Amino acid sequence: MTELMENYNGFLVPAISFIQGYYAYLFLLALFTIGLYAMMMKRNLMKKIMGMSFIQSATIMFWIVAAYKEDATVTVYHQPLGLENPDLYLNPLPHTLMLTAIVVAVVTLGLSFALIVAIYRRYQTLDEPLLLERMQ
Amino acid sequence: MNTLQLPILIIIAFLFGALLIPLLGYFARRLGYITALIATALSLFFSISGLMHVLSEGRISYHLAGWMPPFGIELILDPLSAFMCVLITGITFVVLIFSGRMVEHETPDKTISYYTLTMLLLAGLCGMVLTGDLFNLYVFLEIAALAGYALVAIGDKRAPVAAFRYLTLGTVGAAFYLLGVAFIFISTGSLNMGDVFKVLPLLEDSRAVIVGLTLIVLGIGLKMALFPMHAWMPDAYAYASSAATALLAPIGTKVAAYVLFRVMFYMVDPDFLRHDLHIAQIVGYLGAIGVLWGSILAICQKELKLMLAYSSVAQVGYIAVGIGLASPLGFIGAILHALNHACMKACLFFVSGSLRFKVGHSSITDMNNSLRKTMPWTSAAFVLAAISMIGLPPTAGFFSKWYLALGAIEQSNWIFLGVLLVSTLLNAAYFFKVIERMYLKPQPRVAAPSEEPSEDPVQELTDTTHVNRNEAPASILLPTLTLSLSLLVLGLANAWIVTHLILPMIPDWL
Repeated sequence: MTELMENYNGFLVPAISFIQGYYAYLFLLALFTIGLYAMMMKRNLMKKIMGMSFIQSATIMFWIVAAYKEDATVTVYHQPLGLENPDLYLNPLPHTLMLTAIVVAVVTLGLSFALIVAIYRRYQTLDEPLLLERMQ
Repeated sequence: MNTLQLPILIIIAFLFGALLIPLLGYFARRLGYITALIATALSLFFSISGLMHVLSEGRISYHLAGWMPPFGIELILDPLSAFMCVLITGITFVVLIFSGRMVEHETPDKTISYYTLTMLLLAGLCGMVLTGDLFNLYVFLEIAALAGYALVAIGDKRAPVAAFRYLTLGTVGAAFYLLGVAFIFISTGSLNMGDVFKVLPLLEDSRAVIVGLTLIVLGIGLKMALFPMHAWMPDAYAYASSAATALLAPIGTKVAAYVLFRVMFYMVDPDFLRHDLHIAQIVGYLGAIGVLWGSILAICQKELKLMLAYSSVAQVGYIAVGIGLASPLGFIGAILHALNHACMKACLFFVSGSLRFKVGHSSITDMNNSLRKTMPWTSAAFVLAAISMIGLPPTAGFFSKWYLALGAIEQSNWIFLGVLLVSTLLNAAYFFKVIERMYLKPQPRVAAPSEEPSEDPVQELTDTTHVNRNEAPASILLPTLTLSLSLLVLGLANAWIVTHLILPMIPDWL
């Protein structure tokens, strides 16, 4: 029994620590995969756009999570904090970059909605197989 | 003129064009066309003077807003990027002259949007070529891509569907690229390509770097329509308007291929990619499969524009094969092929556009030998471009394949050599099919009107076979002829191009 427990722990403890250490990344991986799945497998164009949005959000949040630092405070030089410990300062670059990426994502969404409206007006459907049928 | 400002001027000319065209076009549509031409001519002038300056005095590094790299964004004008800028702006200039009548004819209510989007696309593409910063590259990539999606959507009835597919796949490609850049940034702490090049050798065992590079190559491969990721391209090119296709097909995928060059030969040590990661080989073999696959599908097509679009998949494959060789000869072959293919494909799409302009369709099955009489010059231009695509000397297409084949022999890579030879035959198969119909297939006999039987059957026969010349207008014909003649010039001048333009680009470590 104790042997079994030890084996169990031997498997479980690293697994738990892996999840604990990286749960944000695992969550983003899941988000990215769901997005890819929706884009490839869903028949409705609207759902494809949702999948695309998932992928973009996952990418943007990946940068943000990567920039997170425990106990880090401001991004600029602050007199009381001093210069001895650079871990106290946060790198602001990923956040600023992602502002641009968010703008790009919004523009892409806007364009895709415009295209969807154009498609719907012409074919009266957003269902992909039906759409391909009507395109013939 | 201050030559140090040249990199930014190339982009600014297009951005100002994009701003001015809707404003001026509000008063007169013609002004939009003229503004687009002026902006492109300016940018072409800046690119050529940049290329001359770079060749004589070395590279120009421009620091945006005065921030020193690696903290600020750096624009780099070196032989490779200057050459690509000249190629992009030069081809665009010819395409814009061609577009004048074409856009009026095909999409008369969208001329202003067409020229505005063209300028935005060009600003994005030139920015991608010039930038030395990984994130800035992403921004320019998205500018070019968004303008491209909208350009594709201006087309026939099915164009929005093709544009939607292009948009979803293109966005995934950009997301992969951005994710890859995140891994590189986390590992190296820098976004400047030159800086990353210095830091990466210390980190080559890091798994994050390997994942990052793979994701970047994957994302750019999607944009470049590398073999398994090419699904968006044929539809997008076939359903967009002729003017938009003539603009996107020659330069769109080339710039993505250029980014692959930048990343694989200038940001990462090629030996690392070749021996430890095998990314270069994988890209090369995917390209080789793409060459065969694209050619075979092109043979099956019954519509000229769709056939040319599938042949683009194959031609991008040649560039990928050159990257896969990762040797100076492969480099020369790939760059030369980017130049030649841009001219050939633009010329061929011009021909399909002129056919649609005059005949009303570009279906291969409906072609017959009346074309050689109605549009003799257009047909001749098509034949010359087709010969160059097949790769017969002395046209340009022969020499790029020649360098690729030499590179394959040098590395005893018989698979690549076999693919190059077989693809030449496949190219011949689908181009000769069109040429045969254009020149040899007799016209269907028109049944004589039954009410009034003709007295002289000989007279009637000559009447039906005699067709009046009905050539495309000069603004469409001249660009077509210019590009087809340029193929001969490029072919004859290839030795000069290689020694004076391409050899200075090859990095020392290759």
